[in-house]
Amino acid sequence: MESSNTIIIKGLYKRFPVGKGEFTALSDINLNFAQGEFTGLIGPSGSGKTTLLNILGSLDVPSAGEALVLGNSIGMLSAREAANLRKVSLGFIFQSYNLLAVHTVYENVEFPLLLLKLSATERHKMVMDALEWVGLTDKIKSKPPQLSGGQCQRVAIARAMVKKPSLVLADEPTANLDAANSHHILKTMETLNRELKTTFVFATHDDKVISYLRRKVFLLDGRIDKDEIIHPNS
Amino acid sequence: MIKFLIKGLLRDKSRSRLPIIVVSLGVMLTVFMHAYITGFMGDTFEMNAKFSTGHVKVMTRAYAENLSQLPIDLALTESGELLTNLRINYPEMEWTQRIQFGGLIDAPDSTGETRSQGPAIGLGIDLLSGNGNESERLNLSESLVQGRLPAKAGEAMLSDDFAKKLNVIPGDDVTLIGSTMNGSMSMYNFIVSGTVRFGVEIMDRGSIIADIEDIRIALDMEDASGEILGFEKSGFYENEKAETMSAIFNSNTSEGDDEYSPMMKSLSQQGNMGQYVQMSELWSAYISLIFIFAMSLVLWNAGLLGGLRRYGEVGIRLAIGEEKGHIYRSMILESFFIGLAGSVLGTTIGLFFAWLVQTYGIDISGMMKGASMMMPSTIRARITTPDFYIGFIPGVLSTVFGTMLSGIGIYRRQTATLFKELEA
Ligand SMILES: Nc1ncnc2c1ncn2[C@@H]1O[C@H](COP(=O)(O)OP(=O)(O)OP(=O)(O)O)[C@@H](O)[C@H]1O
Ligand SMILES: [Mg+2]
Repeated sequence: MESSNTIIIKGLYKRFPVGKGEFTALSDINLNFAQGEFTGLIGPSGSGKTTLLNILGSLDVPSAGEALVLGNSIGMLSAREAANLRKVSLGFIFQSYNLLAVHTVYENVEFPLLLLKLSATERHKMVMDALEWVGLTDKIKSKPPQLSGGQCQRVAIARAMVKKPSLVLADEPTANLDAANSHHILKTMETLNRELKTTFVFATHDDKVISYLRRKVFLLDGRIDKDEIIHPNS
Repeated sequence: MIKFLIKGLLRDKSRSRLPIIVVSLGVMLTVFMHAYITGFMGDTFEMNAKFSTGHVKVMTRAYAENLSQLPIDLALTESGELLTNLRINYPEMEWTQRIQFGGLIDAPDSTGETRSQGPAIGLGIDLLSGNGNESERLNLSESLVQGRLPAKAGEAMLSDDFAKKLNVIPGDDVTLIGSTMNGSMSMYNFIVSGTVRFGVEIMDRGSIIADIEDIRIALDMEDASGEILGFEKSGFYENEKAETMSAIFNSNTSEGDDEYSPMMKSLSQQGNMGQYVQMSELWSAYISLIFIFAMSLVLWNAGLLGGLRRYGEVGIRLAIGEEKGHIYRSMILESFFIGLAGSVLGTTIGLFFAWLVQTYGIDISGMMKGASMMMPSTIRARITTPDFYIGFIPGVLSTVFGTMLSGIGIYRRQTATLFKELEA
C-alpha cells in the first residue's frame, strides 16, 4: 500500500577507526522505508541504532554501500547539500530534548523556520499549528526550565514537525520520560504520522515505543537480525 | 536568525554578563594604566622640562655639545635680541633665558674667613624683571622652607639641605666663587633670602638660585645667557611638534660651521630624555598586548566563550540545517559584540578612575627617597585621546581570539562527533 521509498539502503557498512584498527558498527545493511512508515530500529546498547540514524540524518556518511534519503545519496553530498537536506526535509528528536533554555517555547519551535525564507506571518501560523498539534498553545511564553519533561519533549516534537518535514528521526525519545508521558508523546507522533504522512524512524529499546511501531527492524552487532512488519489488522 | 542569537546572548548571563565583566575589567585596567603612565611620564617630562631642558632649548652649537658640563664660556651672546626674535616667531611658546653654572658657595664667619664651603649648581633665572613667570614655573613659593623669595638684586636662595650643611640661615651672607665667561675667577656676594626644597633629589642636593641679572654681573655675562628655554603655553610637551620645530629652526640658522650660532634641541634630544619619551610610547603597546593575552586566557579557560558549554545549541543548529562554518562564524561575531560591549563599559569606568587620579593625584613621595632622576612626588594620570580607544584593542581582540581558540574544537570536529557529544 505504501509505494514511494523515502529511504533506500543498499549494502551499507560503517566502520570507525579505533586505535590502529577499525571497528565495524554497521555491516551489510539493506533496508527500504516507504513514505509514511512508523518504524523503529530496535536493539541492545551498542548495536548501531544511533550510527544508522546519524547516517540517515546526513550527519555522518557510510564507509561503504549506499544510503539514499529522499533521493539524496548521503555519502555524495557536500557539507552544504547535507545541511540543506536537514534544513528542508528532516526533523530530529533527541533523548535529552535539547531545547534552548533561555528561549521561550514559541522561539524554540520557531527556530528551524529562521533558516527558511519565510515571512513572519507564515512563521507565526506554522508555530501556532505545531504547538496546537502537541497541545501546548497555552505555554508559548514559558521557558524550558519551567516545563515538565513530557512537556519539553512535546516542544521538541513541535520543533521537529513545524516545517512539516518528510522524515523525522527520533533517537530514544522516551528514555527520560515516565510511562504516562511516553504514551502521550507517542500518541501525538502517531497522530502526526497519520495526518501529515510524515515518515518516522525511531531508535529505541523501550517496550512502550515498540508497542506503537508498525514495523520493527531489529539490529544486533551492526547487522539486521529481523525485520517485522505489523499489519494493521493483526 | 541574528535577532534570535542576540536574544539568546542577552538572556544567557553566563554568555553575556560574565564575559562582559571580565572584559570590562581588563579594558578598565588598560585604559587606567595607560592614562596613569601617560600622566606619570608626562609629569616626569614636565619636571625635567621646567628645571632643566625646557620643551625646547636654544643654545650655541658648542654649548649643546658640552651640555652636561654647563659651559658658560660657550653661552649665547646678544641673547636679548635672540629672545625677542623667538617670541615673535613662536608666539605659541613661552620663552625664557637661563644661566646654569657650576661654582662653589663659601659661607664666611664674622671675620670673613671661610666657615664652610660646598660645590653648587647655580641657576640664574628671570625673577625680578617682573614680566617672567619663572617662579611659578619652578613652583618656588610652594617649595620655600625658610625665609622668602629674592625680592631685590643681590639676594639668592639655597636648597634647604645645602643651607643646613653650610650652616646658613636666611639673612646670612654667602659668596659665590665661580669662573666668568672669559675663564677668569669671580667672586660675588649674595644675601640668602630663603631656602627651598623641591622634592627633586638633584635639585635639593646643592643649588643656588638667583636672578639672572645678578648672575650676569657675577659671571661677567652681559647680554649673554647659557640657554633660552621654550615652553608650550598649553603646558604639555608634544614630542613630534618639538622635534619638528627644532629641525626647522636648525636648518634656518645653520650658518656654516659657526660654533656659536644658535641651535634648538627638543626635550627628547637632551640627555637621556629621548629614551623615556620612547619608553612611554612603547608602554601603551605593551600594556595592550599583555591584557590581550591575559584576558584571552582567562576567558578561554573559564570556558565563557565558544562552544564548551554550548554543545546542545550547536547540535540543534546542526540538526536544523545550519552549516558548521556558519555556526563558528556566528559565535565569533557574537564574541565581537561581547568584546565591544565590555570595551565600552571598561573604557567608561577606566576613564572615570583615570579622571579621579588626574584630578586628585597619588602621593608617592615616600617611595622617592634617594632617586636620582627627576621625578614628581605626586603622580597624576593624564587622559589623552588614545585612552578613548586603546582599551578596545585588548577588549575586542581577547574575546574574538578566545572564541576562535575554544571554537576551533567545534570547527575541526566531524559533524557526527559533535552530534554525539551533545547526545551524551
Ligand atoms: N565515533 C565512533 N568511534 C568509534 N566507535 C564508535 C563511534 N560511534 C559509535 N561507535 C561504536 O559503534 C557501536 C554502535 O554505536 P551506537 O551509538 O550506534 O549504538 P546504539 O545502538 O545507539 O547504542 P545505545 O542504545 O547505547 O545508544 C558501539 O559499539 C560504539 O562504541
Ligand atoms: Mg544510541
